[in-house]
Amino acid sequence: MIRKTLGVAVCAVLASLSSAAFAEGKIVISNWDGYMPKDLLENFTKETGIEAEMTVHATNEEIMGKVVASGGKGYDVLFVSGQFGEALNKLGLVAELDHAKIPNLANLYPEAMKLSHDEGLHYSVPYAWGTTGLCYRSDVVKDAPTSWNDLLKPADALKGKTTMLATDRWLMMPALLALGYSVNTVKEDEVAAAKAQLIETKKTLLAYDDTTFYTKLVAGEASLVEAWDGWCNYGIAENAAIKYVVPKEGSDMWVDTMVVTSASENKEAAEAFINYILKPDVHRWVAENILYKVPNKAAMDALDPALIKQYPNLGITPAELLKYEQLRDLGDGQKLWSKTVTEITSSN
Amino acid sequence: MVVSRRIVLTGPGIIWILALLVIPCALLLVNSFFERGIYGGIDYILTSENYVRAIDPLYAQIFWSSARVALITTLVSLVLGYPAAYCIALMPKRRQLAYLILVMLPLWSNYLIRTYAWMVLLNSEGLINKTLLGLGVIDAPLPLLYNDFAIIVGLTYAYVPFMILALFSSISKLGPELREASTDLGASSLMTFWRVTLPLTLPGVAAGSVFVFVLSVGNFVTPDLLGGGKRTMLGNLIYDQFLTARDWPFGSAIAAIVIGIMMLLLTVQAILVNRRDREGTAA
Repeated sequence: MIRKTLGVAVCAVLASLSSAAFAEGKIVISNWDGYMPKDLLENFTKETGIEAEMTVHATNEEIMGKVVASGGKGYDVLFVSGQFGEALNKLGLVAELDHAKIPNLANLYPEAMKLSHDEGLHYSVPYAWGTTGLCYRSDVVKDAPTSWNDLLKPADALKGKTTMLATDRWLMMPALLALGYSVNTVKEDEVAAAKAQLIETKKTLLAYDDTTFYTKLVAGEASLVEAWDGWCNYGIAENAAIKYVVPKEGSDMWVDTMVVTSASENKEAAEAFINYILKPDVHRWVAENILYKVPNKAAMDALDPALIKQYPNLGITPAELLKYEQLRDLGDGQKLWSKTVTEITSSN
Repeated sequence: MVVSRRIVLTGPGIIWILALLVIPCALLLVNSFFERGIYGGIDYILTSENYVRAIDPLYAQIFWSSARVALITTLVSLVLGYPAAYCIALMPKRRQLAYLILVMLPLWSNYLIRTYAWMVLLNSEGLINKTLLGLGVIDAPLPLLYNDFAIIVGLTYAYVPFMILALFSSISKLGPELREASTDLGASSLMTFWRVTLPLTLPGVAAGSVFVFVLSVGNFVTPDLLGGGKRTMLGNLIYDQFLTARDWPFGSAIAAIVIGIMMLLLTVQAILVNRRDREGTAA
């Protein structure tokens, strides 16, 4: 606990030091590890002459903590999920984007301009998007799952063979969707109903897992897991019997975005970086490399059809995506949610 | 002269403790009396709401279940660590160092990697289950992973070196004379251990136990990975408040309460050890 505060304090100090060091022309980008092709920054520097440095964060929460503690100093571009971009914007930590500096925005699907957390993309630009659903071993699971209840109330053969995502928003989501509620609900009775179901479900779970669920599927430890579509693809790559399905009750629509910090001293270079990502060739290379859908029409149109055949969820269309509700920041409702999730994960 | 030398010598240590222990703890305490901003961060409005929220049976239950896991870990570490420390202490000096290095060796590698290694060993398709199945000892895989058992195995493995080191320093201070005297006076070796060695090494037992207990109760990685996230310990609770819920004030309040309880326990331990020492000198 002491360590945690210390960590934040040290990060703040380091961040302010690094901002001094990199003030001249170099941009600092923070992204999830492995969420960008390795050669991308090198190519960016070659093409634009702008020096760029990459740092990694493990979770939205981690980069959020660093940026809130340091006011964003030391970072220029952040990769965060939409609802976190929304919170950063409300906190005044991200900059308004100058669309004239990012002409490649024209390559995006029209649907990508209508994201509910930032309609018109004033402060965030979508990088990848997708669904959350069920990822399963079709050679083990007899009847293909069609409903979130197949995970929440598993058949006897699947008990002890299922996992759910551990982060609060996605831990609650399957129960909320199965009950027909909004994935952003902060109504006490709805949250309580989901909680009751999830406490029952916990007894049948192998584990809560955000990071290694697909290796559990590949190894045979698990047979049916809650997964983000792109991560399921990593399982499919290793075992073709692994399949992905969006349950009939729906999914959330998640969006990972790029934002520029308001503390950035190289805003134009940061915008040039975003513009570079949105080039059809670059964004297509991103999609092929990380196996996630990108909201770039020009890039997706050029995607190798064999990839979509191998990873069918890459073919989910923007129109289908937009049917699902996007996760939004919960504001003050976060207190109710975090207590509820603690009640679930500490239940016996 | 003497005064200035004292300042020079103790200064770095004091600055170190101030900067890395006192100030962060004070900040934590201060933060615990403010409100969470609606989008995370801290609103500087004084409140005691965080402590009111923390006094909830839910968190008390997490406290007890964490204490239980940490206590079992401490006992297992003691039972495993005492014989090991005893053997090392009885060895010739030149071999002691080699064995102590072996005890500490795992600490030189990354904690996460060591934890993942246990997942490889314990999972239902893992080495232990596959071997037992292959030998026909069991018909179905044993549930070794993603439960309290796995958490205790992982924590014990991680922290038993601290127990061994604390016990070793205590046992090695004990000369052979006392044991010889006890034997000469007719005590069996078991009686010698029970009446002489163990009582005299109790400070080492206490120090090692405090290390293991405190480290275990605050750990959040092992419950997440080996416990499969199904056991929320104090470390997880605080971690989640700071990161997932972005509720630093509430996380600070829980952390402050935990620090308070830990300080109380450590003070009690220090008083007991002191009293023992004084009695020892008086006798």
